[in-house]
Amino acid sequence: MAITYTSGEQVEVYRFSLPATVLIPLTAVFLQAWLPLRLHFFSIFDLPLLVTIGFATARRSPLTGLLTGSFIGILQDALTHHPIGLYGISLTVVGFGASSLGIKLDVENAGARFLLTIFFYVVHEVMYFTIARGLIGLRMASSWPHEVWSGVANAMLGVLIFMLFDRVKQRT
Amino acid sequence: MDVLGRYRNLIVLVGVLFAQILGLAVQVRRTTDDEPTRLIRIWAVDAITPLEKVLVGAETSTSNVWHNYFYLRGVRAENRDLKQQIERMSLEQVRMSQDADQARRLQALLAFKEQFISKTMAAQVIGSSGSELSRSVYIDKGENDGIKPDMAVITSDGIVGKVLRVYGSTSLVLLINDQTSGVGALLDKTRLQGILRGTPAGEVVLEKVMSDENVPVGEMVLTSGGDGIFPKGLLVGRVTKAAPGSDLFLNIRVRPAADLSKLEEVLVVTKIDERQAEPDQTGATRAVDILAERLPGVPAKPADAVKAGTPGTAAAAAATTGSDGEPKTALPPTAGGSAAPAARKAASPSPAIPSLPSPSLPSAGAGSGTASPTNSAKKATATPISASATKVSPKPVKAAVEPKPQPEGEDSPH
Repeated sequence: MAITYTSGEQVEVYRFSLPATVLIPLTAVFLQAWLPLRLHFFSIFDLPLLVTIGFATARRSPLTGLLTGSFIGILQDALTHHPIGLYGISLTVVGFGASSLGIKLDVENAGARFLLTIFFYVVHEVMYFTIARGLIGLRMASSWPHEVWSGVANAMLGVLIFMLFDRVKQRT
Repeated sequence: MDVLGRYRNLIVLVGVLFAQILGLAVQVRRTTDDEPTRLIRIWAVDAITPLEKVLVGAETSTSNVWHNYFYLRGVRAENRDLKQQIERMSLEQVRMSQDADQARRLQALLAFKEQFISKTMAAQVIGSSGSELSRSVYIDKGENDGIKPDMAVITSDGIVGKVLRVYGSTSLVLLINDQTSGVGALLDKTRLQGILRGTPAGEVVLEKVMSDENVPVGEMVLTSGGDGIFPKGLLVGRVTKAAPGSDLFLNIRVRPAADLSKLEEVLVVTKIDERQAEPDQTGATRAVDILAERLPGVPAKPADAVKAGTPGTAAAAAATTGSDGEPKTALPPTAGGSAAPAARKAASPSPAIPSLPSPSLPSAGAGSGTASPTNSAKKATATPISASATKVSPKPVKAAVEPKPQPEGEDSPH
């Protein structure tokens, strides 16, 4: 079966145009690499993660969600000096989970989006830290206050980004 | 078939995860970075960095226009302050050049090999890795510009990191505060050596310094040259905390001199020369020369007087006699104080020995098989002395600290 960016199984299923599908992830990875040099506080945000969650919940196709997450994660990995796959694995799981959850939950309102983003932020951090420590042997600096603050900040930014997505997504 | 269709999504998920874990394991197994850069990295860098270059270029141009044409308020006051600073630094330079020359002569005596940064290339920081776990930045110079892996990256404040990966027109620089980086370092005053590493939180620590050592807060940390990447003596930062660690070593925190979170322009050290230290044969910056030139009682001997004098007395007397006629024991007999370099060269077969300001050191040179100072002094009766003796008249100190002309083709030598 051909892999598409849409699914006919659910009523509220959206698709994105090809330029949006390619440019939005690229822009997210670009901004994540460029902005923290100018605005240091921006490093607490994780734009590629938010884009993965946004795409996955809108399309509501687990297959498409995991592939999108995998693509964005590998792209993010390629810019670091660590082995490729750290972000890839983590975002693959997030993409799959977000799209699977999106099928069962109403993710159209801001409150649900806020909670969903916090949840998947934690999933992402746990996955990433586990892989980094378990497979690569990297030491991690974890601070709960920082993680909580970072999760809330990402969720707030996520709500805004998903509102932008609402403008570019197309109903199938 | 029905089962496959039902669990299709899960099967694909497991397949994708398995492929990535397998790829990760293969990469982790790699022990060196010698393998060619993976195609996927090249694609990603080629997709992201051109836009970064454009934006950074536009930002720089706008900033230049603003700073060069519009934002000129306070320039006069700044200019005045800078002039005062130059005067202070000129005086400082006189003192430092004397110290440096003395150190060079001692190094030559001991046959030390020095490392010199002979060529650097300025580069602009255009982006980061985008991950807090990977503290690295991209610069706008790559293989096409002659950048190679393991080149040192510095700023005027201190060291920054090393080139890790090189692409066509960009390079990835691993910062010293990354947990996978390591730099050979030493403490400035105590000369204790250690390994500088980054922590997961992005701090810099100096490891492997024994806990029974005393490391004062504020002490400067320099590169030791032991890593083969950074030349010895570059500033790393200052000690901010030194406390006993859990094991036998001290837990020393270092604040990097270069602000690693606000990097804009850096210098890539593209060429390091290693050569044996040689004493400065020009004689222009020697401490003893400057000292002798400043002595008010040193007369300028005419050439004929020198020729008529007993062997070794003309130059030696001018150099070793002060205004009161007392011999200056700080100056070796053959040092020639104010004598010209040609005279000094002729005075001794070993150029390092006569130029020593310390009276104890010539004997070390004599012991090593070279001519003794006395013999050198006797040999100094050759005609070059008469020529040099006419140059006894004081020279301005400024001439002594004039920077040497830089070799052509060098971007910004240090």
